[in-house]
Amino acid sequence: MAFLTLDSVVKSYGERTVLRGIDLNVERHQVVCLIGGSGSGKSTLLRCINALEDINEGEIRLDGDIISGEGINVDLLRRNIGIVFQSFNLFPHMSVLKNVTLAPIKIHGIDAATAHERGMELLRRIGLGDKANAYPDQLSGGQQQRVAIVRAMAMDPKVLLLDEITSALDPVLVGEVLDIVRELANDGLTMLLATHEMSFAHEVADTICFLHEGVILEQGPPSQVLDAPQEAHTRAFLSRVGRLRQ
Amino acid sequence: MTVAGTFAFVVWVARSLWRIAPTSGPWHIALTTVAICSVLAALTLFIPLGNALRIRTKISRAQAAGDITGVRKYASRFRTAAWLAVVSSFATICITLFVLFLMANNHAVQQTFFNPAMIGRSWLNVTKAFGENVMIALLSEIIVLVLGLLLALVRLAPGKVGRPISLVATAYIDIFRAVPAIIVIYLVGFGLPLAHIPLLSALGPMEFAILALSLTYSAYVAEVYRAGIQSVHYSQVAAARSLGFSHLATMRYVVVPQAVRRVIPPLLNDFIGLQKDTALVMVIGTVDAFNQAKIYASNYFNLSSVTVVAILFIIVTIPQTRFVDHLIDRDQRKLRGGS
Repeated sequence: MAFLTLDSVVKSYGERTVLRGIDLNVERHQVVCLIGGSGSGKSTLLRCINALEDINEGEIRLDGDIISGEGINVDLLRRNIGIVFQSFNLFPHMSVLKNVTLAPIKIHGIDAATAHERGMELLRRIGLGDKANAYPDQLSGGQQQRVAIVRAMAMDPKVLLLDEITSALDPVLVGEVLDIVRELANDGLTMLLATHEMSFAHEVADTICFLHEGVILEQGPPSQVLDAPQEAHTRAFLSRVGRLRQ
Repeated sequence: MTVAGTFAFVVWVARSLWRIAPTSGPWHIALTTVAICSVLAALTLFIPLGNALRIRTKISRAQAAGDITGVRKYASRFRTAAWLAVVSSFATICITLFVLFLMANNHAVQQTFFNPAMIGRSWLNVTKAFGENVMIALLSEIIVLVLGLLLALVRLAPGKVGRPISLVATAYIDIFRAVPAIIVIYLVGFGLPLAHIPLLSALGPMEFAILALSLTYSAYVAEVYRAGIQSVHYSQVAAARSLGFSHLATMRYVVVPQAVRRVIPPLLNDFIGLQKDTALVMVIGTVDAFNQAKIYASNYFNLSSVTVVAILFIIVTIPQTRFVDHLIDRDQRKLRGGS
């Protein structure tokens, strides 16, 4: 069985069904990119895996354990699945270092000195060691997003979910954030990312999933889905984003 | 024209002051000084007026030279100067009216409210009694800060399990915000001793006052906290929960610290209200500043001792506002300032 599996996951808000039966397998160390128009269900899917949203039907498993449905310990589950948001969501009242070390100290119970050392090491790795004592509002969007990734990584998650993390950044800053994601992929981290950066997806993903109206319409390696899509909807989407000439 | 009118008005007031002033004694000096000062203040009104007129000549000069941007610039300056003259005139009128009110009826108003002899006789004891008000306010504020936050958190308790207790908190807040503070003070201060409840009935009037004000104001402050907590964007909660923080831990480390920063100004507003309401405790016989002042007022048939109380409240309130502004400024600089 795959590392992370989704089995006919259905999610609806009242009358509106957003996910209509998602089946997905993610192997350990794999990078899966979700693409698709807005409203296709990419973000909802990621939020369901992290249990920020309850699912209505189906089942999600991580490493064989069921992690969806009533009675699961969401706090425990989320320690294993990190998520980074489009809008960074750093804690504005804490310094950068405190943002990164808060969860390891309070949740994993690591002592402050060790957590600070580890946090500084992570910040230095992304070139923000000198910003450790700055506050989030003093950083650029790209810097904030890099800190947000480090904050999630400080918890040593088994899976990292990235929800359109470059959508709120201007093109100059996108590169610095994607460099970090690339590095994490090379380190063998299992990742599931919703993205609009097609060429980046092509480069970094093992599997591309095209979502359309709440179902995965097409999935496969980038060379197949992005370069030779089979479905008409996929082709239409890719030509709209300028990836495919018709 | 406004300036000239105001000036004439001030001169008239000054002249009437002059007329009612006794020919000798401290009152002669005081009233003469007031009259001279008002005239001098009114004279300063001619400074902005002169400026305005000077600028007007510049406009016509620029017009003659065909300098359009110059005309525009000087016209704009003229408007500012002219408005300044008009608005200062109104301010002067307001102040002069107040002086007139004080001096009305052969300065009877002044004698009733600001009698120096009465102020001199009462201020020491009234200020000592004001210590009681400060004590009640400080202790209530500490209780209110804690109890209010607790109430707000309980009111926002999530899920099905949180519902019953959240309803209790809501009912408490609704009730104590609805009942006037003076009624709560009266009921607590006179009711608890009558009810012979162990422990509670044995407390003194000051403790009853603290209890009553804490009950009332924690309801207000709970709503202030609630507004602050709900103003923190949900994405902050999502970020904290996604790191594995429980609901309570999210509140403690992420939401409440941000909420408290935002609600400091309205919180201070409520605290000033609380401090002022300490004057209500005189209904249960606590010898606070107001009660002390009333003793003087009824003995001497003069309200100047009560004015002392008013002045004391002003003196303690204004520095708090400035201090809180300073705190907020400093915090903003820390979080937003250049790195």
